Amino acid sequence: MKKSYKFGVSITRRGLLAAALLAGTATFGFQSQEAKATETLNALVWCDHTDPALIKPFEEANNVKVNLKDYEGTGTALSLIEQSQPGDWDVFVVDGVDVPRVIEAGILAPLPTEKLPTGDLFPELVMAENHTKDGKTYAISEKFGYNTISFNKTKVDAADVKDMSIIWSDKYKGKIAIYDYYLPIIGMVALGLGKKTAELTEADLPAIKEKLFAMKAVSKQVGEVVSSQTAIATGEVDILVGGGEWVTAGLTAEKPELDWVLPDQGGVRWSQSIGVFASSKKKDLAVKFVQYILSPEGQARLATSSCYWAMPANAKAGAHLSDAQKTALRWNDQKDYLARSQLYPAPSAELDKKMQDIWTEFLQK
Amino acid sequence: MTSLANPNSGERHKALAFVLPAVVWTGAFFVIPFAFMAAMSLWKRVGTKTVQTWSLDNYFDFFAKSHFFDGLLNSLEITLTVTLLSVLFAYPLAWIIAMRVPERWQRAALLLAILPFWTSYVVRSYAWMLVLGRSGIINQSLMSAGIIDEPLELASTRAATIIGFVHFFVMLLTLTIYANLKQLSPNYARAAADLGASPLRTFIHVILPLTTPGIMVGAFLTFALCIGDYITPQILGGNNELVLPQIIMLQIGRRADLPAASALAIILMLIVSLVYLLCARWLKLERA
Repeated sequence: MKKSYKFGVSITRRGLLAAALLAGTATFGFQSQEAKATETLNALVWCDHTDPALIKPFEEANNVKVNLKDYEGTGTALSLIEQSQPGDWDVFVVDGVDVPRVIEAGILAPLPTEKLPTGDLFPELVMAENHTKDGKTYAISEKFGYNTISFNKTKVDAADVKDMSIIWSDKYKGKIAIYDYYLPIIGMVALGLGKKTAELTEADLPAIKEKLFAMKAVSKQVGEVVSSQTAIATGEVDILVGGGEWVTAGLTAEKPELDWVLPDQGGVRWSQSIGVFASSKKKDLAVKFVQYILSPEGQARLATSSCYWAMPANAKAGAHLSDAQKTALRWNDQKDYLARSQLYPAPSAELDKKMQDIWTEFLQK
Repeated sequence: MTSLANPNSGERHKALAFVLPAVVWTGAFFVIPFAFMAAMSLWKRVGTKTVQTWSLDNYFDFFAKSHFFDGLLNSLEITLTVTLLSVLFAYPLAWIIAMRVPERWQRAALLLAILPFWTSYVVRSYAWMLVLGRSGIINQSLMSAGIIDEPLELASTRAATIIGFVHFFVMLLTLTIYANLKQLSPNYARAAADLGASPLRTFIHVILPLTTPGIMVGAFLTFALCIGDYITPQILGGNNELVLPQIIMLQIGRRADLPAASALAIILMLIVSLVYLLCARWLKLERA
């Protein structure tokens, strides 16, 4: 995946001139391509959409420039939207569990489902309860994966990570990293305690809190995406709680010792959805972009984006993925994984605040 | 008419014209945003909406929730440690460059001292993570030398955060202290020697007091930048404890709770302002 560069190349004046010319040509080429585009589309997205391999084919086919702004956390996106003018944004990629509150806030426009491949999605990814309101569909799943347990199979017994309780056991004390996102981790703890993620109430919080604090005591670090990946890739830790294919699939070639598993109690499923802004002035073009992202070709490119890999929501994308890519994504295991996984919690605003407080306390512990 | 009546009036207008851009700039990019942030800190986030009802709830929350208040204590402990260590490392470095390195090499020496400034702050933090890691250069060297059998847990600790900060701020303090040392006339040291003072006594009673302004300016900058920093603790601290800027980010990241984040930011700013006033007052007393 990653390109390797050789250092120690002697730099000559001719070489420098050639490099400058190349840079100039590239810049000119870039500008001229931008200048040629007749329209622009502004999309608020997750980082996987910023891969040129995904966006360029759409830009070239439609003679359009797609301006992408990536963000982490729905709260950040909502802040950006609040500070923007109506019409600033056209396309929105958002966490699947947050779609209801985004619809409630009037941010998304209804989608023309007849123009979208809704019938080709994995059934579990239709998520009508999240994506529809009053019979209208406002968003559609585009990619999904699991927050579960990633581990180094040369250091960790595969049998150990099949039981969720390993995440608070002290068997691998100091060798565990925790992904810093409270909803999936709380969901994993709930699964470990035999609770359903969709049915969590305030009454479940004390037991969850106790296990979270036990996890903190045996963990080495709690980190966001990059530091979590770095920690397991460099051997700093051997287990990543909250990891999954999004951590290991892109590293398969370089780090074959990294693996991930859905414990016997199941796993927490995440998904991302795509929709069109209600205030967009380019709704037709925005829908075209959504169509492209959901097409089998677009889905295959999105699944293997350079930012992170994960399963495409469209089951027909498999035809555009290589065998190696499908193996890394565990394509053939999806039926079992989907059946054994639950969406991570989607709490009410009140419960969400309480969960966040527990998470802050957990980090401060 | 007025300018004819009062010859100083023209000068005043000229002075005003010079000052005006700075006033407009400060007003537009500091006073107005700050006033807006102060107002927002009194609002509330309810569900997905920010409700403009006035209350001090966000401030009460800060004192009521121990994990919020602990964030401030962690920030203060780390910042004071970093400031102290940075001064202790930067002063000898600045002194050696200013007093011992030949004049013609001083610029090069200073350049070498601040060279790490040229790399990205984030990249530098990640580089430290690799250096301090279990398979990092420190652990590997200690293990190769047979000093330790098991790697030390250096990364993802408060110590790692402090190391990352000190590495950065030593450079900053070196610059302010060096500038101060270069302004000192060598005659002060010569006069002290003539009067029989030893080099150590000269340093303690003459050089050090005269370079206090440089130390204080650098130390204040270190304090202000360090207590407000989010990146270094986030990358090097391993989220094993939170500092106040991390708690501020947590309010925004998920719930877009800008009112709570604003209240915490105001508290942070009040602390920096208080430290500034103490520094300014102390420097004034020193001069008096």
